[in-house]
Amino acid sequence: MDRVILHSDLNSFYASVECLYNPKIRQLPVAVAGDPQARHGIILTKNQIAKKYGVKTGEAIWQAKQKCPQLVLVKPNYQRYLRYSHLAQEIYRSYTDRIEPFGIDECWLDLSGCPNSEDGGLRIAHAIRRRIKTELGLTVSVGVSYNKIFAKLGSDYRKPDAVTLIGKPQRESIVWPQPVENLLYVGPASKRKLQRYGIFTIGQLAQAKPDFLEEIFGKTGRQLWIFANGYDVTPVASADTKLSMKSISNSTTTVRNLTCDEEVHGILTMLSESVAARMREQGVHGSTIAVSIRSSDLQSVERQKKLLSPTCVSSVISGTAMELFRENYRWEKPIRSLGVRVSDFDEDFVRQMDLFQKAQQQENQEKIERVVDGLRKRFGVFSIQRASLLKDQQLTGLDTSIQNQIHPMGFFSWNY
Amino acid sequence: MKQYVAVVARYDENGRIEPRQIQWNDGRVFEIDRVIDRKRRASMKAGGSGIRYTVRILGKERYLYLEENRWFVETGEES
Repeated sequence: MDRVILHSDLNSFYASVECLYNPKIRQLPVAVAGDPQARHGIILTKNQIAKKYGVKTGEAIWQAKQKCPQLVLVKPNYQRYLRYSHLAQEIYRSYTDRIEPFGIDECWLDLSGCPNSEDGGLRIAHAIRRRIKTELGLTVSVGVSYNKIFAKLGSDYRKPDAVTLIGKPQRESIVWPQPVENLLYVGPASKRKLQRYGIFTIGQLAQAKPDFLEEIFGKTGRQLWIFANGYDVTPVASADTKLSMKSISNSTTTVRNLTCDEEVHGILTMLSESVAARMREQGVHGSTIAVSIRSSDLQSVERQKKLLSPTCVSSVISGTAMELFRENYRWEKPIRSLGVRVSDFDEDFVRQMDLFQKAQQQENQEKIERVVDGLRKRFGVFSIQRASLLKDQQLTGLDTSIQNQIHPMGFFSWNY
Repeated sequence: MKQYVAVVARYDENGRIEPRQIQWNDGRVFEIDRVIDRKRRASMKAGGSGIRYTVRILGKERYLYLEENRWFVETGEES
């Protein structure tokens, strides 16, 4: 029996929510963009009309304005987007409890064995599409398939407000002619690499020899071959599972360029605190700390380090991040943005005893931080802060708790 | 247009909410004779979404929306 898997994608999500709330701008080109004053001036999403003008996600506001001078810019309203994301998930939950969110606006649903899914999920997909429209005033595109990878391709294939079925008979007609970069996890770097070997379409990837792909890309080469052929059997993680979580990170583009170690220390402390709090909330300890640095000329570096034992203590995370920074950054250019990521989670964590009571210290530190978590939950993020962060509140006065990113799957680092 | 309004409502023992009276911000008060229907719906006209109550007021059917913890009606045509 084939599985029945849906991938539902809320179209132009942020922009659609803004257009829902403001009928006056619905017929105009609209983009949701960060605050240019705080130097977050990039396009986060755009509506279909703005798309026609060539406005692209990720470009600077001035670039978008050049293409579309009448572009209506709206500031993001994350609380509202979260609410709509949850409302959409509530609708999905009325069909199945096997739901795996992928970012704020996408979800996989496993309908195998659910009532009314005998037709491969088409009827439910249409029901979801209609309900999202009438109940939430938004549109989704839904891909219907027997594996997660093709379901995702299906939701990208036709949008907005559409359903695309990719069953086994459609594999060669719909999936294989598509350019290889349309496949999940094929980023710009791997696309270039694949093209060097004459692989331009998903079909060509599917028909390549898996051993050959493994030789070029390592383990992930075979994985991509599995994806391209529709052999992927990765399960859709249930709504309440935490197992698929592989890393927690947070990053920020600072309000002004950073020019000294002290400023970097402030930002890394702030980011580490929010990552650590999120880890405690999820009950995980991680042992690999990574720091990413982007300089004012937009060059990025990322460095990581493995700890001797897993942690969720913010001072350990920020200390390691700062150490990595000092070892690897020579201050040739000021810094535009910084990120902290913790991975390698150990879910059955048992603290090892050691001779020098370091373990005991860490445990105490963790207890203190949990108390801080509790206070912040009740009285707000700024109710208790490190004194070192009060020195420069313009720089460190961000509410980082809403910006944490949880990466739902292991990602292949060479894609980034 | 979206017009937020004050509402007098009754919560029953199961937590079900029944709006009884709409208080317009110019002071007018409208008694709700009956709640005919309740569904989760988007209001494209007003901009937003919530639980849409179809209510009968003075013999006419009207929509009243509960969005999170605020009530609104759609205005712009007759009202």
